[in-house]
Amino acid sequence: MQRFEKETGLVVPLDRLNVDTDAIIPKQFLKAVGRTGFGANLFDNWRYLDRGEPGQETARTPNPDFVLNKPRYQGASILLARANFGCGSSREHAPWALVEYGIRAIVAPSFADIFYQNSLKNGLLPVVLPEDTVDRLFQAVEAEVGYALTIDLRAERVFAHDEEIGTFAIDPFRKECLLNGLDDIGWTLRHEAEIREYEARRRREAPWLFPAEGSRI
Amino acid sequence: MGKTLYEKLWDSHVVRALADGTCLVYIDRQLVHEVTSPQAFAGVRARHRGLWRADANLAVADHNVPTKDRALGISDPTSRVQIETLDRNCREFGVVLFAMDDVRQGIVHVVGPEQGATLPGMTIVCGDSHTSTLGAFGALAYGVGTSEVEQVMATQCLLQKRSRTMRVRLEGTVPAGVGAKDMALAVIGKIGTAGGTGYAIEFAGSAVRALSMEGRMTLCNMAIEAGARAGLVGVDETTLSYLAGRPFAPSGALWDQAVRAWRTCVTDPDATFDREWVIDVSALAPQVTFGTSPEMVVPIDGQVPDPARESDAARREALTAALRYMDLRPGTPMTEVPIDVVFIGSCTNARIEDLRAAAEVVAGRKVAAGVRRALVVPGSGLVKRAAEAEGLDRIFKEAGFEWRDPGCSMCLAMNADRLESGERCASTSNRNFEGRQGAGGRTHLVSPQMAAAAAIAGHFVDVRHH
Repeated sequence: MQRFEKETGLVVPLDRLNVDTDAIIPKQFLKAVGRTGFGANLFDNWRYLDRGEPGQETARTPNPDFVLNKPRYQGASILLARANFGCGSSREHAPWALVEYGIRAIVAPSFADIFYQNSLKNGLLPVVLPEDTVDRLFQAVEAEVGYALTIDLRAERVFAHDEEIGTFAIDPFRKECLLNGLDDIGWTLRHEAEIREYEARRRREAPWLFPAEGSRI
Repeated sequence: MGKTLYEKLWDSHVVRALADGTCLVYIDRQLVHEVTSPQAFAGVRARHRGLWRADANLAVADHNVPTKDRALGISDPTSRVQIETLDRNCREFGVVLFAMDDVRQGIVHVVGPEQGATLPGMTIVCGDSHTSTLGAFGALAYGVGTSEVEQVMATQCLLQKRSRTMRVRLEGTVPAGVGAKDMALAVIGKIGTAGGTGYAIEFAGSAVRALSMEGRMTLCNMAIEAGARAGLVGVDETTLSYLAGRPFAPSGALWDQAVRAWRTCVTDPDATFDREWVIDVSALAPQVTFGTSPEMVVPIDGQVPDPARESDAARREALTAALRYMDLRPGTPMTEVPIDVVFIGSCTNARIEDLRAAAEVVAGRKVAAGVRRALVVPGSGLVKRAAEAEGLDRIFKEAGFEWRDPGCSMCLAMNADRLESGERCASTSNRNFEGRQGAGGRTHLVSPQMAAAAAIAGHFVDVRHH
């Protein structure tokens, strides 16, 4: 997993409530069997005027009104969003698409649970700031071309123009994983003996959970 | 003090707890489908020794499968590759798979319970947000991303934090024509699409006790649409009689032993919840969504709301954008909204009871001339077979419905079943997001009875007076 320590980057504002993962990466791109190739289709229905299909080789027609297509936001690495960002489907293709596009952090008043977890597992930092702070950030981004934020994970603070905008909370375990680029599986396998022990106890207490050897399930 | 059902399920699965509250949690069952598993299997192949417990996994292809002309194979090459990849992965890793030509194939959340593979007291995950459906059995069931699918394959565990607890008590007897789907939509309308974020929601109350397992699954299915990863219903006789004799459920002495444990899968009388709602459903009307979020819902005798009356600016903007997308004018009575397409199916409403309820409305009538397509897509091959044994397929076909093969179909339109841009659909599915049923398509979420009645009338009608 890509490490996350500190990110300074241009902010792109997406001023919509309840952005769902169907909007982040539409279903037709979920037919892929790999983890890459989703960035070009991030927000596909909003970003292009023509309908996107997987493996398309023809040039697309960008929607000039969609915020990601505006020249002033090219190269943005921080997405500013509204409440309940990432609701709906559990597709991890959503953070994969965001990361591949170049987004490293998302600032919003709240996130949907599954999306939040999926983001953390891909080095994409979801930053929860209070609603009024996010309101002010939307105004600041609108008012200033080139508006950038610095997100310091170690300090759990967000800065603009060297001035603190707000602080955020993150679970210490998740923070450690992000700072060091550690993935959950590696950590878990260090506790293999404990898992075996738990399993052995459960086999005694709840044997119906463990099919007999040789049965089909 | 007593424990809630959620707390019992959580506590009994913690392998190791960390100082910050993150826990290593053991997962008893993983359901696997073709869309969110290929990258996980590839990860296991590249980095690990194999599956920790192949027998804890059960796989079925549902999202991409065609719902007609199956004998001709899958025409879309990318869908075909994904389904073939699942077949190959399951063979390689020894995972039980119900292939497309197996009568047990169907939507993963219909198949699991039908086989008795999802039992009370279990932790159950699947790379699909509607895994919440399975909490209807007094199990802790939730959707996970592909990284977590891989982690469960490789370690049988996940690293998670305990959710907060919420109880939604639905009290009273619902009127005829009103059911679990209407209750689910009413709950979402009340608490909002993020109202359950961070919580596991237990559904309780007399109206929930009166529901069949099918109805409870519908209710828990849509917990995720209220923001909650998990929905739960405590175990009772309804749960046990549903499970008895299912192929993967225990039998004999093991059944008796399991039942003794399962009877404790309920919230203790003196347990407390972090949040509690009580909703009287005795006068509940059938519900219909009008917008692009499941919380944008009104009773069938209501009207399209006016954004100008919304005081919060962000919500007003969202409502305005939704009505623009849905091409609806404020003040329009919902019963005057005409429809082009009807979809009866999905993990929310494609079980036998749903098909019976719809068929009862349809019997002896015809789909309205203005309706371009009306589809019934059973939740599994076994649901389809049971419906045919009861003659439901004839009722639907004689009325002008298409009777399809099982799969997710037009709920998310990954296969060929989709809305064209601008088409308006009465759908028994769970999400009315922009483009969910096809780019530019407009979705109204309703119960099976309401979808059937709309098909006959050509517009939404109050099924209580149908």
